[in-house]
Amino acid sequence: MGYVAVKGGTEAIHNASELAEFYRINGNTEPIDIKQIRAQMRLAIDKIMGEGGIYAPEYAAIALKQCEGDVFEAAFVLRAFRTTLQRNFYSEVINTREMFVKRKISSSFREIPGGQILGPTRDYTQRTLDTAKATETNTDIQAFLDSIGAKIDPEKLEGVKSFGKVIDILKNEGLLKPVDPSEDRRLADITREAIKFPAPRSARLQMMARAETGGLMALGYSSQRGFGSVHPTVGELRYGTVPVRVKDATGRTRYIGKIEATECEMITGSKSTKKKEPPYFTIGYGLCFGHNETKVICMSTLDSAMRRPELGAPANDQEFVLYHTEGVEAMGFTNHLKLPHYVTFQSALSNTRAAVERNKKAQLEADAWKQLSLIS
Amino acid sequence: MIENKKYANKYNFAFIDEATKKEIRRKLLKAVALPGHQVPYSSPEMPISRGWGTGGLHVTLSVIGRDDVFKIIDQGSDASVNACNLREFVNFMTGCKTTFDTAEATLIQTRHRITEEELKENQIIVFQVPLPEPLRMVERYEAKTLQMHAEADYSKMWVSLYESYVRYGAIMQGAGYPVMVNKRYIMSPSPIPRWDTPNLHQAKTLFLFGAGREKRLYAVPPYTDVEPLEFEDVNFEIEDFSEAKCYKTNYKKAFLDELYADDNSRKYVISDSNFLDKISDKDETHQYSNKYIDQLEAYDQK
Repeated sequence: MGYVAVKGGTEAIHNASELAEFYRINGNTEPIDIKQIRAQMRLAIDKIMGEGGIYAPEYAAIALKQCEGDVFEAAFVLRAFRTTLQRNFYSEVINTREMFVKRKISSSFREIPGGQILGPTRDYTQRTLDTAKATETNTDIQAFLDSIGAKIDPEKLEGVKSFGKVIDILKNEGLLKPVDPSEDRRLADITREAIKFPAPRSARLQMMARAETGGLMALGYSSQRGFGSVHPTVGELRYGTVPVRVKDATGRTRYIGKIEATECEMITGSKSTKKKEPPYFTIGYGLCFGHNETKVICMSTLDSAMRRPELGAPANDQEFVLYHTEGVEAMGFTNHLKLPHYVTFQSALSNTRAAVERNKKAQLEADAWKQLSLIS
Repeated sequence: MIENKKYANKYNFAFIDEATKKEIRRKLLKAVALPGHQVPYSSPEMPISRGWGTGGLHVTLSVIGRDDVFKIIDQGSDASVNACNLREFVNFMTGCKTTFDTAEATLIQTRHRITEEELKENQIIVFQVPLPEPLRMVERYEAKTLQMHAEADYSKMWVSLYESYVRYGAIMQGAGYPVMVNKRYIMSPSPIPRWDTPNLHQAKTLFLFGAGREKRLYAVPPYTDVEPLEFEDVNFEIEDFSEAKCYKTNYKKAFLDELYADDNSRKYVISDSNFLDKISDKDETHQYSNKYIDQLEAYDQK
């Protein structure tokens, strides 16, 4: 058999991927060290791990390098890698009260237990382009590290403990809305089963924890700006490390390490639905791998929004939010338009041509009748 | 111990771990038992983009065995770039033999086409499905479409077909024409052209459908009724190629691709690449037979 029709496809894709690899390194510069990416691209790594759904900073760094810095693509690579791993354990519930806090702020109270701890943040800096970074040297880095090291009092380090939570204040005062006993509290695993609607809150939070930051931001913003009625206040935003534990085969709880995480508890006012019931505050919750404050702020806003369906507010609509903020799926499907569609298009062409023909014919007939009526 | 395994790229046979493959096979069995019904499944991420055939791959990789002979087409062509990539992936992960020959394959994965050659009892064809929900065009919410299927309440769908007729004088649905399966479920046959739709009816082959991004599987078992939605007086029609013929073979009785040359001149060629080869080489072929294409002439007599 001749295989006349089949040629070129395989060769073409090989050449294309080879060329992409060439584009990655054709600057002929020093290869970037994975350690450097991990250390200096911390926030990109955190985003990739969060959206990739796997806590593996080193693999995230490799993925970022391999994808020329495309965070979407890198998260996708990690997700695919994750598929090859068997799930051996479910972790015990992470207790963020145990968090070794690196940053903790509340915007609902001036002073909070343990104080406001700004930690590492660029929030209060002028975002001017720092051209000095272009000529940064090892000596500069060392000098900076020495100076910051000199400021640390090792004795005080011992004193750092975990902190109580801001929401406890509200809870103890009875201002928080008690959990609705009719709320769906099933614990889903969205990596093992397809999400079904209405989705339990566990599934919603899991979906958002892996969602794409920009997508969550767009919808979280829409909810604050006017398409919805969430008026959130940051109860507490904290970033730090938390221990992870699993139960082994004998049922004993084992500590397996710690992860970095960002958590946000967002306070929103809640209208009471029943008469004679006072208004309460409710908490929207956000948690993600690594350090990503935009993500948890928007996640907690959307968590609140989704608990009160409202027409005309996309952010309050579970299906709208969860399906469309899923970055790996959204990117894949929007990009699949690059695939050939000529067969489906042919089918549409055939229909449209026939419809245009019908229309022309009808027009001609109508014109003929008009002519006829003018003559007579 | 973890250190040693760190960069070891050892993959399981057919990439997906055994527990997940088992889960997918069980969901497929359920799908076969309920023809046309969409079954939710885990849909693990693949190293292929969502929307680029992940659902098809899940099905293929879950059912493939070491003795299978694998063929994959996109738009009918074995040479389409994405099909080439998926073929290499399946081949790399399974070591299975691959082929272009429709008759030789035991497992065929496809995007947007059914082969022109009739498939047999010993063959399985797996469709890549972008949008598994045929009712999505009339109802945007998953929770509602689920209920509509459960109650076999398809009135919205019928109304939309009727509206299309009133507005344009025909049912304008192009590829992915909705079908009624086993007189129970309305199903999206994936975006195959209407040309292929009648071949789903009472076929000898098991048809499996995988929608990865939407996390749904469904199936049409062999010898099942599959009828395109139509009215008594306004009927389903296949694409019209009466004015066209394959420029290479003079053949008319196949789905044709429309080609444009640099001078904007138009010509047509058989879409199914293996079928084109066989017609060109005057090999024996066993084309599907259905009431729509049976009345067409095979070769241009002019």
